[in-house]
Amino acid sequence: MDLFWSSLGPMVLGAVQGTIPLAVASFAIGLVLALLVAMLRISRNRIANGVGRFYVSVIRGTPLLVQLFVIFYGLPAVGVKLDPWPSAIIAFSLNVGGYAAEVIRAAILSVPQGQWEAGHMIGMSRGQTLLRIILPQAARVSVPPLSNTFISLVKDTSMASLILVTEMFRVAQQVAAFSQEFMLLYLEAALIYWVICLILSTAQTQLEKRLDRYVAH
Amino acid sequence: MSPTDAPVLQVRGLSKSFGSNQVLRGIDLDVPRGKVVALIGPSGSGKTTILRSLNGLETPDAGTVTVGARGATGVGAPGNGGDTGTVPQLPALTLDFGAKASPREVAALRDRSAMVFQHYNLFPHMTVLQNIIEGPVRVQRRPRAEAVAEAEGLLGRVGLLEKKDAHPFELSGGQQQRVGIVRALALKPQLLLFDEPTSALDPELVDDVLLVIKELAEEGWTMVIVTHELAFARQTADEVVFMDGGVVVERGPASQVLRNPREQRTQAFVRRLLHEI
Repeated sequence: MDLFWSSLGPMVLGAVQGTIPLAVASFAIGLVLALLVAMLRISRNRIANGVGRFYVSVIRGTPLLVQLFVIFYGLPAVGVKLDPWPSAIIAFSLNVGGYAAEVIRAAILSVPQGQWEAGHMIGMSRGQTLLRIILPQAARVSVPPLSNTFISLVKDTSMASLILVTEMFRVAQQVAAFSQEFMLLYLEAALIYWVICLILSTAQTQLEKRLDRYVAH
Repeated sequence: MSPTDAPVLQVRGLSKSFGSNQVLRGIDLDVPRGKVVALIGPSGSGKTTILRSLNGLETPDAGTVTVGARGATGVGAPGNGGDTGTVPQLPALTLDFGAKASPREVAALRDRSAMVFQHYNLFPHMTVLQNIIEGPVRVQRRPRAEAVAEAEGLLGRVGLLEKKDAHPFELSGGQQQRVGIVRALALKPQLLLFDEPTSALDPELVDDVLLVIKELAEEGWTMVIVTHELAFARQTADEVVFMDGGVVVERGPASQVLRNPREQRTQAFVRRLLHEI
């Protein structure tokens, strides 16, 4: 039990300095990317649509671990040598971008056509209508699926340990290797992931309540 | 022709097909300033398509739409932008849909007309007040305080001032539609378009909305109304246009077309609708 408490500090530090910033940064960049890809996917331009479709297909059709390895271990072969952290952020952002793009696209399409028409009627351009009228309504619909994406991402950051990013799970591996207490350390890591995800689920519930305030129940 | 009876709206040869289905076959329409034209006819006759074309929500294949100039004279007069604030002067505008109207021309058309939708289409994430000032503030770039004051004045007129901070879902259909009307008025259009404004409403809520529209007509707003409410059309419209199969079958003063229609198709339609009610 002593080992549990003495390892808790370094592991929480690993979460605070590694897991959480990695997840937050990748999610933020990934969302921006996803919005752009969603725009491509709903555009009437065939080429734009095809580009978006291709991107989503590649990201969703290949394992995240493979994507990580291609960027960190593969790219140096073509002269692109990236440190662990940038590699991880690029890989996770691209991954979130692919999944969240489909969520955002579906959420945009779920807003009734009449809302676009009302936006145009009051004189708004397509872009203005999207930003002021459509996205706020799409946001409400996309909170549950995007929360899923984010929670998955938090757990997936453990894979970054395999490209030498010092995040929580890598700390657990190091302590475990040193102490040979594999069961204890890995369960401890699992517990910390779980606590983080519980907090995120609570935040999701709060956010949904906030966004639901203008809808009849 | 004196400026007062120059047509606000002039439509010539409007045609539109959806695939092989030709919904408009060369429609002409004139709406003089301050007059109310009611478009009636069976569903699928093309009347809603005309209305939507006048707000650039539909792009006809051919035909022209001309909206007359709005000068400085008569500012403040009803139908020239309401009774408060300033209205921008606008030059006459002609759109030739046969020659592919540009997005800029369509935007210019929208500057001049405002529409009230069958299903209200209020913005659910905004309050009543935000719904109304969104266009004036975000698009027309008018001072927020001025837009709010005008919106509150208009809300008071339709009896909904105390609902200004409510969200649309808290309102009845009739109240939502009155907000929809105020949202259109706040844009200070030259031309008000109503697309079956009461057909989504419960019967007991219809009268409140019709009363508001009737008052606007009396104030001298220029309006085109697609409606199935024949009694309302007879009381409110200066001219009734009966359409069927994408063409105008009959047009004339409301009392004549609705009481003594000349065309057989009009007679059948009016009889059927009166019997239903």
